Amino acid sequence: MTTQYIQDATPAERRAAQALVSPAWLMFVVLLAGPTLAVFVLSLTDWQLGAPTMNFIGLGNYAQLFTDRVFWKSFGNTAVYCLVVVPGSVFLGLGLALLIEGATFGRAFYRAAYFLPVTSTLIAMAVVWEFLLHPSVGLINVVLEQIGIQGGDWLKNPGRALFTLAGIGIWQSAGLNMVLFMAGLKSIPADLYEAAEIDGAASAWERFRCVTWPMLGPATLFVTVVSGIRSFQVFDTVEVLTKGGPNKSTEVLLYTMYTEAFNFFRTGYGAAITVVFLVVVLALTLLQVKAGEKRTHYG
Amino acid sequence: MRPGGSMLGHVLRHLLLIAGLVIMLAPFVWMVSTSLKPPNEIFSTKLSLLPNTWAAAENYTKAFTKVPLLRYLLNGVIVTGGIFLLQLMVSLPAAYALAKLRFRGRDILFTMVLIGLMIPAQAPAIPRYVMLYEAGLLDSYAALILPFVFSAFGIFLMRQFFKTVPDDLMHAARIDGLGEFEILWRIMLPLAMPAMLAFGVISIVSHWNDFFWPLIVIQTGDLATPPLGTLFFRNEEAGSDFGPLMAGTVVITAPLVLLFLAAQRRFIEGVTLSGMKG
Repeated sequence: MTTQYIQDATPAERRAAQALVSPAWLMFVVLLAGPTLAVFVLSLTDWQLGAPTMNFIGLGNYAQLFTDRVFWKSFGNTAVYCLVVVPGSVFLGLGLALLIEGATFGRAFYRAAYFLPVTSTLIAMAVVWEFLLHPSVGLINVVLEQIGIQGGDWLKNPGRALFTLAGIGIWQSAGLNMVLFMAGLKSIPADLYEAAEIDGAASAWERFRCVTWPMLGPATLFVTVVSGIRSFQVFDTVEVLTKGGPNKSTEVLLYTMYTEAFNFFRTGYGAAITVVFLVVVLALTLLQVKAGEKRTHYG
Repeated sequence: MRPGGSMLGHVLRHLLLIAGLVIMLAPFVWMVSTSLKPPNEIFSTKLSLLPNTWAAAENYTKAFTKVPLLRYLLNGVIVTGGIFLLQLMVSLPAAYALAKLRFRGRDILFTMVLIGLMIPAQAPAIPRYVMLYEAGLLDSYAALILPFVFSAFGIFLMRQFFKTVPDDLMHAARIDGLGEFEILWRIMLPLAMPAMLAFGVISIVSHWNDFFWPLIVIQTGDLATPPLGTLFFRNEEAGSDFGPLMAGTVVITAPLVLLFLAAQRRFIEGVTLSGMKG
């Protein structure tokens, strides 16, 4: 069966096809498959970049990783970051999508304006946020002071820095979730609302509870997982604003990987952290695929 | 969803949306506002959007002379342009073959593309770095461009597009004596423009904004992409001379913001399509 269609093709077609896909095959092997597999191999060695020797140490790096307090701190911080950013940006995105889609005018304007942070260069905006969060002259504390609140230090307070970064994360990604939800809302047939109204769902809240929310379920799962994958990859704001500090309070997984592999050149150890990172992302991605399958049933 | 509700509901809805906008857009507004102000007004706790004495000329001049801002932007164009062009050269032929031709290994390659979609860009970073180090290519345009030449997303998107092109078009072309390369070049390529644009938006936005990879492979200031250049500028300023610094961030963010405002619909569609694939 699988070979039948190949036999149907003329030799010329087969030859042309092989020529057309050969660059893609080559690049796939050299740039993606090879390096990704190499990470697993490197994670079993004690190699440091530039060192002449490389020894296989089995699962030694992983054993060290799982007893390393910094690694667990980093893993925990990444989880906390996700647990703040995902619900924050999903609910904000959903709220915005509902508010904007229900409006009689200005929809395109609102959508574009709320989407703006998604496409703007995050590093440049992180520098702007650093200024906004400045303890004495930053806009945020100046505004807070006018209503009688002492803002304090947002980025140097160990109990607060991670949540400040999460706030920036929500600001940056709410617009993306908003447009993903808008796509979901468009796929809900209008006659369902009419039917609900006939059945007595008079208020907007009733219509939301009986129609929008159940119909949006699969989309919500999809958006939640996509947000989870994105926020698990938090790095930019950490590198620019806190460098993992103060007191490792904003140390996150990719940042630990970056410092181990590219500042200390502990290549093998960095590779082991990468493997942990990759496993979590792949697990979330499989969830996304499942969510995507469900979504297409409804869409 | 359908528009509806009472007059009061409408008013509340817009009040809420505008209040939210003030918060979402505050960083952009304050960035531009600060880039126009002299230091004494920046450090004043009296809030005002427009400066009393304009310092735009000083701030922007200082931003452009302190660090090579235009060079950063040019690097951004070279790197994102180079990546996108090479991605197209690899993706288009493969996507066409995957969609329309019959050959050995087709299913395996497509499975590999689907697996490639799942792998985050940071996962192969260490071996890629080692390869560039061994090849003596670190700290070069090649280091910024080459690792991203294979785009699983590009191949996938283009393949889905080519699938929608009727087979009759190819059959007719073959009867006219055209080979597969000519069919791709003369018939498929012009048809694929919209799909290429959608892919272009995603590729350019994600690589223009990428920070992780340039941070790792670039040391020389002259090779910095816009995000890395922003960091160099910030470090140079030691975070105290906010006027020129904000002027610099205005210049760095402007190209994508303008591009977005000019082609919002395509941007939003493209990004929705990918779920913002790195």
